[in-house]
Amino acid sequence: MSFDEIYNIALMQGFAGLSLFAVLLLMGLGLAIIFGQMGVINMAHGEFMTIGAYTIFLLSSLTETYAPGLIQAYFPFAIVCAFLVAFAFGWLAEWALIRHLYKRPLDTLLATWGLSLGMQQAFRTIIGPKEVSPTLPDWLMGSWSPAEGLDIPINGMFVLGLTIVVTGGVLLALYKSRWGLRVRATVANRSMANAIGINTTRTDRVTFAIGCGIAGVAGAAFTTIGSTGPTSGSLYIVDAFLVVTFGGAASLWGTVVSAFGIAQTQSISEFFLSGSMAKVLTLLLIVTILMLRPQGLFASKVRR
Amino acid sequence: MDAIKTWLGRSGLASIAILAVLLLVVFPLAMDTFRLNLVGKYLTYGFVAIGLVMLWGYGGVLSLGQGVFFGLGGYAMAMFLKLEASDPESTKIQSTPGIPDFMDWNQLTELPLWWEPFNSFGFTLFAVVAVPVLLAFSISYAMFKRRVGGVYFAIITQAVALILTVLIIGQQGYTGGVNGMTDLKTLMGWDIRTDEAKTLLYFLTAALLLGAILLCRWIQLSKLGTLLLAMRDKEDRVRFSGYDVSMFKVFAFCLAAALSAIGGAMFTLQVGFMSPSFVGIVPSIEMVIFAAVGGRMSLVGAVYGALLVNFGKTYFSETFPDLWLFLMAALFIGVVMAFPNGLAGLYESHVKPWLARRKQAPAGSGGEPPSASTAPAAPTVPHTTTSSAAAPAADIHLGAKVSSQSA
Repeated sequence: MSFDEIYNIALMQGFAGLSLFAVLLLMGLGLAIIFGQMGVINMAHGEFMTIGAYTIFLLSSLTETYAPGLIQAYFPFAIVCAFLVAFAFGWLAEWALIRHLYKRPLDTLLATWGLSLGMQQAFRTIIGPKEVSPTLPDWLMGSWSPAEGLDIPINGMFVLGLTIVVTGGVLLALYKSRWGLRVRATVANRSMANAIGINTTRTDRVTFAIGCGIAGVAGAAFTTIGSTGPTSGSLYIVDAFLVVTFGGAASLWGTVVSAFGIAQTQSISEFFLSGSMAKVLTLLLIVTILMLRPQGLFASKVRR
Repeated sequence: MDAIKTWLGRSGLASIAILAVLLLVVFPLAMDTFRLNLVGKYLTYGFVAIGLVMLWGYGGVLSLGQGVFFGLGGYAMAMFLKLEASDPESTKIQSTPGIPDFMDWNQLTELPLWWEPFNSFGFTLFAVVAVPVLLAFSISYAMFKRRVGGVYFAIITQAVALILTVLIIGQQGYTGGVNGMTDLKTLMGWDIRTDEAKTLLYFLTAALLLGAILLCRWIQLSKLGTLLLAMRDKEDRVRFSGYDVSMFKVFAFCLAAALSAIGGAMFTLQVGFMSPSFVGIVPSIEMVIFAAVGGRMSLVGAVYGALLVNFGKTYFSETFPDLWLFLMAALFIGVVMAFPNGLAGLYESHVKPWLARRKQAPAGSGGEPPSASTAPAAPTVPHTTTSSAAAPAADIHLGAKVSSQSA
């Protein structure tokens, strides 16, 4: 193998890691803002991602049947829909379930796990147990080869771009909007925020719904790289938790860095080891680091 | 007479005695070997459930990785049985006789070094408890000494469950992969597949379980149990009183791990195989629901919880497979939202006052018969006295108001 080939393989492997990074980050982002603000671990987060993926599938089937001409253009619109649908379900879940359990974080784990079981079975009953994939527009297919022997898949680049846009949007919203101000005030000191007239109950609900909405976008991104089944979301949920805890709760930058680190470790070690051993190695590394540094990479200075 | 009754009630021995009669007399008389074996299998989950009562109900630490310890105990036992089942005589068709069949399929030509000690039954019995406890100790010591707890701890244990499953499935040559270790036949020459063996193993499981309950009950009534409760409710106050809080949590976690591992070993013996499907995230979190349904504060309740949920699972997943997951979802949500103390809590809040009213109505003349006739009528309702017995004790020891309601 010449140096060029090794270089190309390293680049492509690195890019595969970037795709994983994008999905992990989109999943982790939603979890992180929910966990950071409310201390709630949402075990059903993966299912909200699946909802987003199914929304894309549904819209693509509808477009194919009723407006085949629009198949090249429906995708951006579908992503917005995925966000809105997951947002709506998240709002509902918060209203029906989560808000009763804010004082009992361990019980939320169990209740949301129940929710995720129910949602998975609902997908299986309503949509069917088979994996589905939407028809993607042509411009998402194929790959881009800037040099001989180097192929970068376009869907991967699209997902990466989407992730950058969403992450940027969330950061902007958190630090520049009224909602972000309210969220940050609630995180810093809930009762004080309440005392100065911030409706923390409402903020909680919006935050939870936005977190779920971002999971929906993650689902949209997911459809471009893999097919969706009822249990697709649960495959990523533990990884997403680890991204959040590893990065440090309530620190979005931490989430970004840890998603990047975890995805690259996984994808680089996959090159040398078998897939399962790469996973074991990555997880062991994270768990060991978390044991030595339980506050995560970037600990925010929040009074508990 | 009344003094004895009060003492039985206070120490919770009455409810344990009822469970003992149910397990050792009623079930064996009422069921054939097949069903008894099934109950024996469910009872092994009871070990995990009472471990969770000590850890979660009393210690306030939720572990989503109890399947890891259940699996380690089960795998240790399975390794011994597998080695016994793979003597050179019965494996002579393999390219390397004398090693387990799955190793042969995966082109291993000799027994790995770490399998060697499992040729000894004594070492296996030691490993069944020691390996899980060692793992539990190293995880919990690292975490609790740094004062990490709650949700973080739950997620780490869940990650450990995932790691172990992926490892077992990935290392097919050493662990049997997805299929696990199958075709386990004899225990030191004693065929464990016969009806007599299954009945005997059932009684062994039931006796061990009752012993474990008594041990845990003794811990609960001792100062240690009081401290665990106090720690769960106001960790800082216990710390300021001079106790090393983290070591108590480590102890509770190791105890729960040891109990789960014993359950796992008995599971392997009764079912005749062990596979990664009892180790991972999903089985581990289901084990939590056994304890939650029975009541996270009640040892006896946890056993009933394990029995009920598993009966339900067997029944529903055979007849209405689609419905079962919805039911399970409802169970998770319902137990958390509506009955945080499970069946035992329901007994405390509804059945007990009702029994007391019925007792008062005949006004002393026939006080005994009604309670005697209602007890067998509702055998699935667990008895618990934990909250009434433990809370006043906590008040005395610490001078702090320690609520027995779960936090």
